[in-house]
Amino acid sequence: MPKDHGIGASPKRREDVRFLTGVGNYTDDINLNGQAYVHFLRSDVAHGKINGIDSTAAAAMPGVVRIFTGADFEGVGSIPCGWQVTDKHGQPMQEPAHPVLAQGKVRHVGDPIAAVVANTPEQARDAAEAIEVDMEELPAVIDMKAAVQEGATKVHDDLTSNLCYDWGFVEENKGAVDEAFSNAAHVTTLELVNNRLVANPMEPRVAVGDYARHNGESTLYTTSQNPHVIRLLMGAFVLGIPEHKLRVVAPDVGGGFGTKIFHYAEEAFCTFAAKAINRPVKWTSSRSEAFISDAHGRDHVTKIELALDADNNFTALRTETYANMGAYLSTFAPSVPTWLHGTLMAGNYKTPLIYVNVKAVFTNTVPVDAYRGAGRPEATYQLERVVDKAARELGVDPIALRRQNFITEFPYATPVAVEYDTGDYNATMDKLSEIADLSGFAARRAESEKNGKLRGLGVNCYIEACGIAPSNLVGQLGARAGLYESATVRVNATGGLVVMTGSHSHGQGHETSFPQVIAEMIGIDESMVEIVHGDTANTPMGMGTYGSRSLAVGGSAMVRATEKIINKARKIAAHLMEASEADIELKDGAFSVAGTDKSVAWGDVCLAAYVPHNYPLEDIEPGLEETAFYDPANFTYPSGAYCCEVEVDPDTGKVTIESFAAADDFGNIVNPMIVSGQVHGGIAQGIGQALLEGAVYDENGQLLSASYMDYAMPRADDVPFYSVDHSCVTPCTHNPLGVKGCGEAGAIGSPPAVVNAVVDALQSAGKDVTHIDMPLSPSRVWAAMNG
Amino acid sequence: MYNFEFVKPSTVAEAVSALGEEDAQALGGGQTLLPTMKQRLASPSKLVSLSGIADMKGVSADGGVLTIGGGTTHGTVAAEAGAYPALADLASHIGDPAVRNRGTIGGSLANNDPSACYPSAALASGATIVTNTREIAADDYFQGMFTTALNEGEIITAVKFPIPQAANYQKFLQPASRFALVGVFVAKYADGVRVAVTGASEEGVFRWSEAEEALNKEFRPDALMDLKVAPANMIGDLHGTKEYRAHLVGVMTKRAVTAAG
Repeated sequence: MPKDHGIGASPKRREDVRFLTGVGNYTDDINLNGQAYVHFLRSDVAHGKINGIDSTAAAAMPGVVRIFTGADFEGVGSIPCGWQVTDKHGQPMQEPAHPVLAQGKVRHVGDPIAAVVANTPEQARDAAEAIEVDMEELPAVIDMKAAVQEGATKVHDDLTSNLCYDWGFVEENKGAVDEAFSNAAHVTTLELVNNRLVANPMEPRVAVGDYARHNGESTLYTTSQNPHVIRLLMGAFVLGIPEHKLRVVAPDVGGGFGTKIFHYAEEAFCTFAAKAINRPVKWTSSRSEAFISDAHGRDHVTKIELALDADNNFTALRTETYANMGAYLSTFAPSVPTWLHGTLMAGNYKTPLIYVNVKAVFTNTVPVDAYRGAGRPEATYQLERVVDKAARELGVDPIALRRQNFITEFPYATPVAVEYDTGDYNATMDKLSEIADLSGFAARRAESEKNGKLRGLGVNCYIEACGIAPSNLVGQLGARAGLYESATVRVNATGGLVVMTGSHSHGQGHETSFPQVIAEMIGIDESMVEIVHGDTANTPMGMGTYGSRSLAVGGSAMVRATEKIINKARKIAAHLMEASEADIELKDGAFSVAGTDKSVAWGDVCLAAYVPHNYPLEDIEPGLEETAFYDPANFTYPSGAYCCEVEVDPDTGKVTIESFAAADDFGNIVNPMIVSGQVHGGIAQGIGQALLEGAVYDENGQLLSASYMDYAMPRADDVPFYSVDHSCVTPCTHNPLGVKGCGEAGAIGSPPAVVNAVVDALQSAGKDVTHIDMPLSPSRVWAAMNG
Repeated sequence: MYNFEFVKPSTVAEAVSALGEEDAQALGGGQTLLPTMKQRLASPSKLVSLSGIADMKGVSADGGVLTIGGGTTHGTVAAEAGAYPALADLASHIGDPAVRNRGTIGGSLANNDPSACYPSAALASGATIVTNTREIAADDYFQGMFTTALNEGEIITAVKFPIPQAANYQKFLQPASRFALVGVFVAKYADGVRVAVTGASEEGVFRWSEAEEALNKEFRPDALMDLKVAPANMIGDLHGTKEYRAHLVGVMTKRAVTAAG
């Protein structure tokens, strides 16, 4: 019988009550006394030299408080990059300055030129239209391969070229990899594009800056996944505000998907301007603005080659990727195509030799950074596509080829620097075969054919590295931050608990699942536990939520802090019962002395800690509050097998998803309902990438898909009912909960399943189609069929 | 959105008078105009709402003609145009419920968006566009993308659709906007078949005369086997090449004929 509380139960999400009844508190709900509003005048050209800005007329317009330009930010820091990648020659990446407002040049459509602060949003916008910019338009570089040609227009004049870095991994293995290719019995080659995406969280970005003259403290309310990271980056690197004079609050956040990890210029602007005009300053992004100012995702152009021996064993893998950085380096951009991508190229397979080359390129486009999965979807997509292509070339069953090459012994050290602790890839493939009813496919295909449709089946595996990650390791890899997590557990005098966590929930349901863990540990009801997050003023320094890390890292910190609480409470209980601490047991919310009927309730122990009349004051302090920082020993490695069935309309090229099954191994599971929801959402985004979404620039750097009229987000009727299973469990060996993380899996595992299925459908009809680039729009599929 | 004046007259005459002012603009359901104004791409000084004019609302069938008031919403047409099922069906698939409850047939035809659904129905039905001053045959009314025979300040008060023996509309959705990437309306009358295509052409809605001729001989999808529209004038964009749209015109026409029976 399923549990009804604690770990493994599926209580409804407590936060949903406020979200669904309209009483959430989002950043845009925050309105401060005397607040002014900023409107950013953004570049409408992709590349241009600013010869002058005349804001005289604009400044005289009604309600205008002040107009800022790049000149106001001279001496202010650059928006920093949080990760330094070292290239294959041992040189650091090229790292351009990123001013808060453009200084001298604009480098993408949307780059902010000036900021008008006024009494109302409309006045700010009216005045922005009256600013006259003398702009000399320059040629734009959009195509990555053209951008790195000799003589290409440079995005940044002070850099030697548009090449941010040329990364080789593992460079020492390159010779051996090349040799394995020359000895291969078969080589499968695939060139593909991982399409550029716009994250499109339901809540656009918002920032409210405030400055308190009485104590000199600045406060920023912002739509962020990691308020402490924003405080550190903005305070230390941009504005020069010490952390004890800077508070960052990220209240309810309506979806992040990675794009709200990064420190953005608008946040620094509002904080800076609030002090400058001595009034709160608010910015609310419009949806149109979001398309040209939120960091985009993906945008890789890749050639991958797989070498096999005569028995179809994978002997080597070689990839070359061009990764778009956009016009500036967003916070974690350099790490995405390198350490979050190259290290995953082994996938689920025991390929002994791997070489990954990545050229990161500046272009006159919006900066590109992490988006749900971040590097791992790009790795999985190319690997699972090339494996599928190899199976078709060799005439072998794609599942059998995968199984033959699966890693089966753990721990397993890959040739790309990571060590998988646990996994059972055959188990998830077996489970997938069952829930996807693979044996019934032939009959379903026959039924589709009767209706004039081509049916295809696509299967793939994935592995991801989550719970990002050990600080000492990421430090060696170029991270300029630690990646631990923190928790303070405060027990109140009457026994209730407040957990102040450095993790941040923006849809993940931490307020529900975290209390389940504590309730299980102490044996109390979940309603006695409250989760506090999102405010640097009342949470310990933490790194926030991304990379499927909240439970694996933040949850572990909470467990460690709770263990400290229990240990101290045990001492108090021993004192109260005049027993030896070693004999004290905690069960169902009560401490008892082993082998006796002596017992003291959790609440009584907590009360004793705060009313220490009868208390071992000589041994321990009063109070019951503990903090833990947890830094894991390794990443976690969730894995799984996915299956997609599609129908293709041969007359129109329209693809419909008929079924989608996912068998995941997430290690131990705290709340199965929330995990299923995370997988559903991830698959929807993966289907969106595979069939619908694509951010497309024209050759002049205008974003053609700059609204929902042209950027196709998945809607309810674009996705099927999913069949998801997470009963295959190989617990993580190095965190106390044995959890692995589930937030990104769906988005990582699903695009190759969809594309594999469409290729299968077309080949079943005798079409000579080996690949179609995403999104697989009807037009593209039809063109491939009739090419 | 810039500031503007707003009036909501209750008669056509008052509306015509209000539209006489410079930069005044008629407002139907606002499903195109209001987003355009919000983006500051349109800035009328005065909006003259037509939604308060009772005479411009409603659906009635009489003597083989379905008459729809210019201010009638898509939702009302979907619910009340049962005498012309293909037209009711078209209306029921425009946009989403919010759009259908605000958007009007007069607004759609006056705007003549090249991807809108209604123009294909009006043209394929040989409808008559009734305005405050005259009656315009559909064949004369549509004059290219966003261009019609309407004069400045002229209001569509009603649209008269001859009810066909058989008809069907097939829409292939643009994946993002869900407007028609290609939409084909086929209507079979005693005096002949009319085929109108929306979404596809750079010149807006058009009649596919070769298909009409073939279907006049034989009203079966096979009659269209060897017919193709030329890609040259088709729209080519992110969502489909000229060739793809030209191909879809054929596919959607065949499907419309099949569905019309």
